[in-house]
Parts: sequence; structure tokens; C-alpha cells
Amino acid sequence: MLSRTAQNLFWMGRYMERADATARLIEMGHRMTMLPGSNEMDEWRSVASACGSALDGEQTASAVIYRLLIDAQNQSSIRSSLVQARANGRAIRTALTQDMWEALNDGWRQLGDVDAETARRNLPALLEWAKNRTAAFRGASEISLLRNDGYCFLNVGGLIERADMTLRLLDVKYYVLLPETDVVGGGRDYHQWTSVLRATSALRAYHHVYKGDYSPWGIADFLILNPIFPRSVSYCYREIRRYLDDLAEVYGERHACQEISVEMMARLSETQIDDLFQAGLHEFIADAILTTQRLAAEISRAYHF
Amino acid sequence: MYDEMYGNDGSVRAPYAGVAQWIQGSGVDLLKLRQNEAEAIFRKIGITFAVYGEGGDPERLIPFDLIPRVFGASEWRRLSRGIKQRSRALNAFLHDVYHRGEILRAGIVPEELVYRNEAFLPEMIGVDPPGKIYSHIVGVDIVRTDGASFHVLEDNCRTPSGVSYMLENREIMMRMFPQLFSAGVIEPVDGYPVMLKKTLEECAPLKCESDPTIVLLTPGSLNSAYYEHSFLADLMGIELVEPQDLFVENGLCWMRTTRGPQRVDVIYRRIDDAFIDPLAFKADSLLGVPGIFDVYRSGGVTLCSAPGAGVADDKAIYAFVPEMIRFYLGEKPLLDNIKTWRCSAPDDLAHVLANLKDLVIKRVHGSGGYGMLIGPHATKKEIEAFRAKITANPAEFIAQPTLDLSTAPILGGGGVEKRHVDFRPYCLVGKEVRLTPGGLTRVALKKGSLVVNSSQGGGVKDTWILAD
Repeated sequence: MLSRTAQNLFWMGRYMERADATARLIEMGHRMTMLPGSNEMDEWRSVASACGSALDGEQTASAVIYRLLIDAQNQSSIRSSLVQARANGRAIRTALTQDMWEALNDGWRQLGDVDAETARRNLPALLEWAKNRTAAFRGASEISLLRNDGYCFLNVGGLIERADMTLRLLDVKYYVLLPETDVVGGGRDYHQWTSVLRATSALRAYHHVYKGDYSPWGIADFLILNPIFPRSVSYCYREIRRYLDDLAEVYGERHACQEISVEMMARLSETQIDDLFQAGLHEFIADAILTTQRLAAEISRAYHF
Repeated sequence: MYDEMYGNDGSVRAPYAGVAQWIQGSGVDLLKLRQNEAEAIFRKIGITFAVYGEGGDPERLIPFDLIPRVFGASEWRRLSRGIKQRSRALNAFLHDVYHRGEILRAGIVPEELVYRNEAFLPEMIGVDPPGKIYSHIVGVDIVRTDGASFHVLEDNCRTPSGVSYMLENREIMMRMFPQLFSAGVIEPVDGYPVMLKKTLEECAPLKCESDPTIVLLTPGSLNSAYYEHSFLADLMGIELVEPQDLFVENGLCWMRTTRGPQRVDVIYRRIDDAFIDPLAFKADSLLGVPGIFDVYRSGGVTLCSAPGAGVADDKAIYAFVPEMIRFYLGEKPLLDNIKTWRCSAPDDLAHVLANLKDLVIKRVHGSGGYGMLIGPHATKKEIEAFRAKITANPAEFIAQPTLDLSTAPILGGGGVEKRHVDFRPYCLVGKEVRLTPGGLTRVALKKGSLVVNSSQGGGVKDTWILAD
């Protein structure tokens, strides 16, 4: 496979995942601002940070939504992500199936002429639309793409982005999960916790796994260490390791990227959530973000892109 | 004026019987609805083209007209023999001008038309492409002016585009109107990619010892024909590469892959001569694969079409193609040329300047329907502006009579209307000369317009060749 093809598949996976994760984060922010006693701008500020575009100065909610959803100047907005994913796909049309291309191509101009006010007014519908786009793309790849190296690059890209988004959300919200904030046990913390779960579409799944009440330990455990929740760091890394092992087998050669994924996975499966809190939740998160970046760099080095 | 569907007495011509029945049975209103549907499908699949130098939307749709263009079996037999003959002669001419130049020595084609031609590449002199083939895909633009005769309007020896429309238009028609095809009287066109691949395989370079690795070289996704590039690469199961994916080492050509370098043997290039190799041709070009021309010359890789193939298809050389057929093949030309006056010849120039208002003036190297003058449709001012241009630089222009192009039915605002059409088949030249029964019919959608180019408001149609 051409290195450029691998590169485009990898980034297409990343951008589609980013569009999806950003839509979920905005949904969470939107929901939080509807709660009594919330400081609307604080919420939007943390959503923007988790999306990798921290706010400077005074902003309005409309402006933030515009920036995260529509703004072509913002490389990480949903629109930019979808446009870039399509550009990646268009550059390697032959590596995509017809179904995948149609999913990328269908309605890609849709966000082009939406202004800030319209975006705010139609927010739920627009987010729903964006999530549907990414779901259609994922479904199309799942049912139509050959299970070869290209499939691995596409999925590794998506999983790295997903692990990264979960980690960044935790990075922004980790203070909510620290024990000190647990003392009051009032409604506000409860909402803060559930917001973190909502942002990862994990609210109901959490109940299935942990039955009882929300606790910061439970939530952190769920998002970092849980092996069966598909947005948890642990799940993402296990899948990353699997696809990278597949690539190593196809190409008959192991690289630094394979080793990083094996080490990280070993670390995640040996760790208990209590240890994480003891050693410092924030330190762990910061370190995992760096490891994920290093992993991405090593993948492109190993496969010449 | 000849109409493809109706005879002068209003009766339906035999090849169109099925189409006429279909139009009548469906009704115009229903067909118009289906036309919108077809457009939505094209958009969804992403079949788009761009127009150079116009800015605006880089991905625009080429209008598709539902009513097919039909050729009867005997018409096609005549055409296809003529097209193949022409393709063989053009290749023989290219080999000749880059070797001994017999046709020039014989005084049949003026030397300056070849050696002073900007498409002539001195670097190609003495180079022997595999199979002596220079132009592997020849697009011959054909028009009909009256019932009996087809005329060749121009030849395209470099990298003619549009074949994806031949395939996709058929795909759409079969998807939307399967019943039209159920009788099995329409020749299929879907063998084209297989034949193209075969043709490219037959041109493996000297140094290739096993099955050749073929790639399609595209300038990239911003190119107007990018959709076609990806579409053809996909159908042939070959890599679609951009210049930066290729490099030269140890006298061979390689592509960068996830496994490291992989050897490339045959390159179907959809990129202009000037941009193939910055070391050989255009030093300031950022595109291209440095050193690839040397690899080509030494038999390390095949470029299809060969660099310099364009010298056979400019509009001044065009006038001599019938002579080429007689000279190289010893045959009588089966397809006629349009009468052409070369303004570089003094007698021709005098005739042209005296008759500007009746003639079509074209640039020798122009394409895309730009920069031409259609005398009968032009204002006095336009004509005078052209007169000045021609007088200043006569060798740049040729003139042809204004043609009474045949018309074919389209679905227009007022129902079924008549518009001018032309036709481009794609002839493949490898060890054999192959021709898919079909081609691209272009139609001037503007009423009365003679310009069928997609960049100038032209559309396309499915083209049917009826089986015997």
C-alpha cells in the first residue's frame, strides 16, 4: 500500500472520530447549561478546552458553539473535521469502498452556510446530523472494507483519536473527580459527574456496569480502566494493540509503535483505580496523553508517512 | 440539418425505434423527474469535474441528459474501422517523426509544422517506446453533418478524458431503466477497463522481467479529471499515485509504500508532458518525478502516453492525417477530415481573411472550446479582433467551415428538443488495436450552440451501439 494511502486512512479515521467526539462534548455542554445554578460560560470553557481550542477572553455561548461546530478557521471544529476527512478520502478514492465514499460525500457541504444564531437554535438537530454522518461512515467501513492493512490504519487512527479525546476530557474535568469535591455530595457534583459520563455517551452503560451510585472512583475507573466500555482508554489501547499486531504480522516486522501499545496496555491492565488516585490522577492523565502522541508519531515513522 | 432520431419526413430512424417508444411510453414529465434523480445520484457518487481558470466551485456536475444517443450496427462498423485505422496511422507518424522523419523527407508534411511545434520534444528523438506505441489511448472526436458521412473534428493523442462518463452514464441508465437493456440489443461498454489494463500490460518496459506493476499517475485531487483517475485506477485494481509517491533510484522507478519502496513498470500518466520530470522538461515545476525521463529512455519504465505524443494531435497536423493513412498504411482513409485551412500557408490565409464571417477559427494548440471564433455567430467587432490576431500570428490559427452538426433529442424546458452533438470513442493501442463499442456523446445544451465542451455549458449522454 502507498504510504500516502496509509496516512490518509489514518487521518480519515482520526477526523471522523474527532467530529463524533466533538459533537458529544457539545451535547454535554448544552445539557449542562440547562441545569439550575450552572455557570454557562464555565461549562463552555471546559468543553472548548477538551476540544483542544481553549477560549481566550470573553465569549458568548453562540460564539463558542459556532467555533466548535462550524468555524472553518478552527481546525478541530466538526465542520473542519468532516471536510478534512472527506479530503483525505478523496485523495485516496481507490482505497475506499463506494459505501464509505458515499457516507463521506453525502451532505458534506451542509454546515457550510449555517451562521452562529442558526447553529445555536438548531443545535440538537445539527449535532444529531453530525453523529449520524460519522456513524454512517463507521458502519460503511465495517460492512464493506477489506480486512487488510488499510482497515488497520483506518481503525488505529480512529482509536488513537478516541483515546485522546477521553483523556483530554478527563484532563479538563479531573478536578470534579477528586475526593475533595466529594464532601458536599450535593446536586451540583452529581451533575458534574454525570456530565462527564454524558460527554462520552456512557451514562446508561455506567449503570449496567456499576449498578449503584455515581462516585468519582467509579467514573474514573469506567473511563480509564474498564475493558468493555468502548470509549475507555483501556479498551482503545487494547484495540490499538490488536490492530498494530495485525500490521506487524502482515508486514513481518515489529516497530517501536507496537512496543508502546504493549507497554501501555500492560500498565492499564495491572493498575487498580485506587492506585491511580494515590499516585495522582492528573499525572497519570498527562502522561497518557503524551504516550498517545508518541504512539501516533511512531506509527507514521514505521510505515513511512 | 441532420437529426439523429428523426428523418426529414418526421419518421423515426430505425436505430431510435426503442428510444422513441420509451419516451412516448414514459411521458416527458416522468422522464424529467427521473432526470433530477439521476443528477442526485451523480452528486452522491461524486462524479464531478472542474473548469480551469474560472474559479468557483471546484467540484461541479456535468449535466447529464437522459435520452441516449444511438448508433446502428452498420454505422458503428464503418466508424470503428475508420477509428482504428486513424489510431494506427497516428502512432506510425509519431514513431516516424522521432526517428527518420520519412513523411517529412517525402515532402508530405511540412517540416516546420513538426520541428517547430511546441509539443515536439527533441529529447524523444531516437527513443524506442515498447511496441513503438506513443499514443495508447486515442480519443477521436467525430461529428456527423449529413446522413451518410461522419467527419473527424480532431484527434486526442495525449491523455483524452471523459471515458469515465461513458461508463458511469451507462451505469446510471442501467440502474434507472433496466427494462431498456433487458432485450440485450445494446452492446455493453464495461469491458473498457479490462482492455485498458491489457493494453498497458502489453507495453511493459525492456527491464521488466515479471508481471508488470502498473500505476495511474494523477496530478492530485484538485485536478479537474481526478474523479476519472480514481475511477479508472479502481476498476483496473492498480494504485493511483501522485508525483510525490514516486522516485527514481538505481535507474528504476519506485513508489513509496508502507513496506518500503516498490518497483513500478508502467505508468498511465494523466499529467502533462511539461510536468512529468522537472530535470528533463520544466525545471521550475514543483510537480513531477525528478529523473524519470532518463529511466524511461533506458527502458526502466514505460510512460503511457509517450512524452511528445501531442505533436500528432494539434490542429495544424490534423489536416495531414488522411495523408498519413495513405503514406504509412497504404490504405484509403475511411473517415474524412473537415476541410481545414492552415493560416500559416499564404493562400489559405488569404482565403480565411476574406471569409471570416463564414468560418470557424481555432487556435492550433487550443482545447476546451476556448479562444475560438464562430464566424456566423460573432459580432463585427469580434471578427475584427480576430482578424488582427490572425494577421499578427497566422501560424497560430486554422480555419474550418461552419459545420451543420447533427442534432439529437434532449429533455429540455419545453419537452423533447433538438441539440447539436458530437461523439468521442476511445481507441486503445497495444499489441492489438481495441475499441469498446461506445464512447462519450457530448451535447450543446444551449439552444443553437455548437460548442459541446463541458466547460462551455455542454452536457453528456449515454451512447448506445446496437448489436447486429
